[in-house]
Amino acid sequence: MARRETPEINAGSMADIAFLLLIFFLVTTTMDVDSGISKKLSEKPPKDYVPPVIKERNIFEVNINRNNELLVEGETMKIEELKDATLKFIDNGGGDGKIVDGVSTGKCDYCKGERSAASSDHPNKAIISVQSDRGTEYGMYIKVQNELLRAYTELRNRLALDTYNVSYDALEKEYKKDLKNEKLKEKVNYIKLRYPQIISDAEPTSAN
Amino acid sequence: MSKFGKKKKPMPAVNTASLPDIVFMLLFFFMVTTVMRETDLKIENPSLPNASEVKKLEHKSLVSTIYVGKAKEKKYGTGDKIQLNDKIATSKDIAAFIYNERSQRSEKEQPYMTTSIKADVSCSVGTISDIKLALRDVNALKISFSSRIPSGIKQ
Repeated sequence: MARRETPEINAGSMADIAFLLLIFFLVTTTMDVDSGISKKLSEKPPKDYVPPVIKERNIFEVNINRNNELLVEGETMKIEELKDATLKFIDNGGGDGKIVDGVSTGKCDYCKGERSAASSDHPNKAIISVQSDRGTEYGMYIKVQNELLRAYTELRNRLALDTYNVSYDALEKEYKKDLKNEKLKEKVNYIKLRYPQIISDAEPTSAN
Repeated sequence: MSKFGKKKKPMPAVNTASLPDIVFMLLFFFMVTTVMRETDLKIENPSLPNASEVKKLEHKSLVSTIYVGKAKEKKYGTGDKIQLNDKIATSKDIAAFIYNERSQRSEKEQPYMTTSIKADVSCSVGTISDIKLALRDVNALKISFSSRIPSGIKQ
């Protein structure tokens, strides 16, 4: 009787299993992307720097105290209301815009605000000033920054939808994919110029 | 002669037993190399704040990270601590840290360098402001407050 050989174990599927693991690791290990609220600090002013005089109505004052309470334009406010209040302030359009290269930008013809004489003149003049205390919680500070940025995003989206029929977010995404596209760049800059983000951080107050 | 003609052996299957070995080798290579070269945290893992208006930091090689939070070891005391590289430091050391980071990049890349601040939600703004002033002094103006996108909110 001939001895029967033991059949070899089929190891063909082992490769598949290993490939599966390989792909799993390839996909999961690149997931961690650092994202955050980006900010550009202002340059250090020279010693004899005199800050320009800015009209009171063009400044939107946001104060955060050490108990994480908000004081907006002299009134207490909840964080949920901050976005709408900011939006109203930026979009007011009560007067003429900034003078760029000797040419006045004129009245804000895309603003849909109340055009009240007590609020900002033009989005390019509207300054948001955030004053916090040294003891303010960082989480609260970020929340406030986030709400302010949300107001800008909403306005930019609205303007982009009115002019180009796409939201600003989509426009920016397209541009990021195709950085050499001059047309898209122009569109993004058009919107950015009309609603520039002017958020200034005042030096925090301290208890002593 | 007839022996040769009659016995027609089927084509032997290619032995693929070594294929898994090759793939496993690749697998291990990727597993080892893709581990994030995260610095040893001397502070407690910061719980980042939530924010929806975030921007992704694109060029990872151009990002220098500053951690802020409570120290893990008691010898550093309580209060907010700043970690640069592998050491607990003060805001005075930030200038040297930034210069060091700059020297590792080419001159062309330097204007695009960003400083990412990974701070715990419970930190005080005073500490953050000290960092910001120190960064301003060395002209490292691009910063990013690292935060998480809360789940449920679509970008």
